[in-house]
Amino acid sequence: MQYPVILYKTVKIFFKKLGKNMTKKQLSDSINNNILNYNKWANWKKYVFISVIILFFLFLYILSFGIQSFLQQLVNGIQLGSIYALIALGYTMIYGIIKLINFAHGDLFMFGAYISCFLGNYLIAHNFGFPFIVVLIFSMAVTALLGMTIEKIAYKPLRFKPRLAALITALGVSLFLENFFALSPENVPFPLNKIVFGPRFLPFPALIADATYDIAGITINNIKILDIIITVILMILLQYIVKKTMIGKAMRAVAFHKDACLMMGININNIISITFGIGTSLAAAAGTLFALTYGQLQSPYLGIWPGLKAFIAAVLGGIGSIPGAMLGSYVMGISETFATSINSNFGYVIAFVILIVVLIFKPAGLLGKFTKEKV
Amino acid sequence: MKIIKNIINLIKKYYKFILITVLVYLLIEILNGTTPIVPRLLTRYYMQILMFALINIIMTVSLNLINGFTGQFSIGHAGFMCIGAYTSAYFTTILFKAAKMAYFPQLALFIFSLIIGGLMAAIAGYLIGLPTLKLKGDYLAIVTLAFGEIVRSIVRASDEIAAFLNRIGLINFSETIDKISGPRGLSTIPALSKFWLVYVISILSVVIMRNFIYSTHGRACLSIRENEVAAETMGINTTRYKIIAFSLSAFFAGVGGGLFAHVLRFIHPDNFSFIKSIDYLIYLYAGGMGSITGSILAATGLTILPEFLRVINFQQWRMVIYPLLLVILMLRKPDGIFGNREFSFLVPKRKEVN
Repeated sequence: MQYPVILYKTVKIFFKKLGKNMTKKQLSDSINNNILNYNKWANWKKYVFISVIILFFLFLYILSFGIQSFLQQLVNGIQLGSIYALIALGYTMIYGIIKLINFAHGDLFMFGAYISCFLGNYLIAHNFGFPFIVVLIFSMAVTALLGMTIEKIAYKPLRFKPRLAALITALGVSLFLENFFALSPENVPFPLNKIVFGPRFLPFPALIADATYDIAGITINNIKILDIIITVILMILLQYIVKKTMIGKAMRAVAFHKDACLMMGININNIISITFGIGTSLAAAAGTLFALTYGQLQSPYLGIWPGLKAFIAAVLGGIGSIPGAMLGSYVMGISETFATSINSNFGYVIAFVILIVVLIFKPAGLLGKFTKEKV
Repeated sequence: MKIIKNIINLIKKYYKFILITVLVYLLIEILNGTTPIVPRLLTRYYMQILMFALINIIMTVSLNLINGFTGQFSIGHAGFMCIGAYTSAYFTTILFKAAKMAYFPQLALFIFSLIIGGLMAAIAGYLIGLPTLKLKGDYLAIVTLAFGEIVRSIVRASDEIAAFLNRIGLINFSETIDKISGPRGLSTIPALSKFWLVYVISILSVVIMRNFIYSTHGRACLSIRENEVAAETMGINTTRYKIIAFSLSAFFAGVGGGLFAHVLRFIHPDNFSFIKSIDYLIYLYAGGMGSITGSILAATGLTILPEFLRVINFQQWRMVIYPLLLVILMLRKPDGIFGNREFSFLVPKRKEVN
């Protein structure tokens, strides 16, 4: 009869610790890790514990579904994670630079997918060579223009106003993009009916001949490989831009301190515009790859859920941090495919569960910086 | 005699508020065709929109309690609504058959179920608030969002949960959970949300929340919004007050969810998705954070606006115009329509405070 009592006490202590301030030991640990940067591996036991848990779950999965299914899901997960990563990078860059959760990002993803669909159809009809690369670059450029326009019209006037006003504007822009492009062309007057996409299902043109390889019992599609490769190329390009070029330096400076940038002669407006351009072009690339992989576009509302998932991935990795967004996206993509192969509801919910668990233990995400509040 | 004197004093103090609520109610009842003089102008469709507007008022004011007055950024309000809706619908539809009851027992059961729904939501708010309220800003926002989606997914997975319980051997539990029928939606909910009841409950909720805000505890919450560190130095237990605000807000969200279920008479977990939470966020910010007046007027106005556009044959364009208006509003008035201001009858007079 003791066990329920012990269980109750453990749970009570656990919640007490979570809710209240840290104990002395935790405090000293956090000071060691975060302020003095004394020893990064001071609490190595925690990392070992976490990895043992993850390995245990993976082992359980392999036991019940077999090693082939495991590898297959791993490949699928990396592919899904790559698409999430491309969206999440845009989220995290925009958040890093103007502290705005750009809810319209998922809809820019949708816009990029539709643009590449229309251009792809046109190019295939005219027997153009290398349609995929042209489509990808064109769709990235057009979506970047749209993103920069949205920034100029809707976010720029609110830059020094309460932060949450811009958030609501972003929600409004998101709703507008979805609902405007979902208007059906027959019911819309002349100049607009050439722009709107219509609410209907569209097949995506086969820009690349589909080929399936069978390697040791794992089926891999060439489009999935292409997804992963293009994501890696774009990530390297982005890292190059952010770390090595002057624009990247300016971006990091603006993200760090806007007023100081003004004094140093950095044109903040241009830098923010460029960041929006890069972020939205990555979303467009993700949209193109997404549509190419699944071969269809359901409706202009298709950006909502991938956008939300990618946002969660960005928060999981520590929003504002570019490596964090990549890590978070791959964690999210892989865990989602594994969970979906067990149960579809579970696959949907696992992202949120992982997020809550991670944020309880690491309040600034996996790679986010722990900032002290100043008075 | 003392009680009567107190009541008279109360009426004297708040005569404007009482007058306005009663007049608005009478106006709607007259337009609804209760008196023989005026023909019935408001059809059942309009009455339903008005009821949704009232429910949205409860939801928005309760969200304002967290976002506007305590300064915590929560966007998972539909999750609490979902808990309240399913709990109260479970009581009136599955556990007791309210449709076959007499009038007064039915009413009592309905109010009881609303309160239970609210309490369940408050408990959920407490449980999620305890570990997560130490998170700041956007991190808290995303956790509340995740919470809302988890609640929805659990309801949607009710069949699988029932099958699992059946396999374990808990057949009684599995049967009741099976009746929730998550993925198919819970139908045949009796239409217990009458207009007068929704009206009274929404007024009551707003009054309770307003009183909370102008009480000592409410002041503590306000101080947390203004500066958390300073509040802590002044001896305010910030975690405790955050959790109180969170639970109270969740309670009223649960009540709102219960009313919603009995207006719509059919609930599906997808009714309570992230998009619903976003709606309330929009109402809140359009009205102005930290303003009850703003919440009330924006919730009413923005509920009616899309339906109004539908009525005047803008069916196609209504969901395009609505976000456009919202963007223009936020660009022109970044603090919302009302900002921090309130109607004078909602604010206690100076004398009262001192």
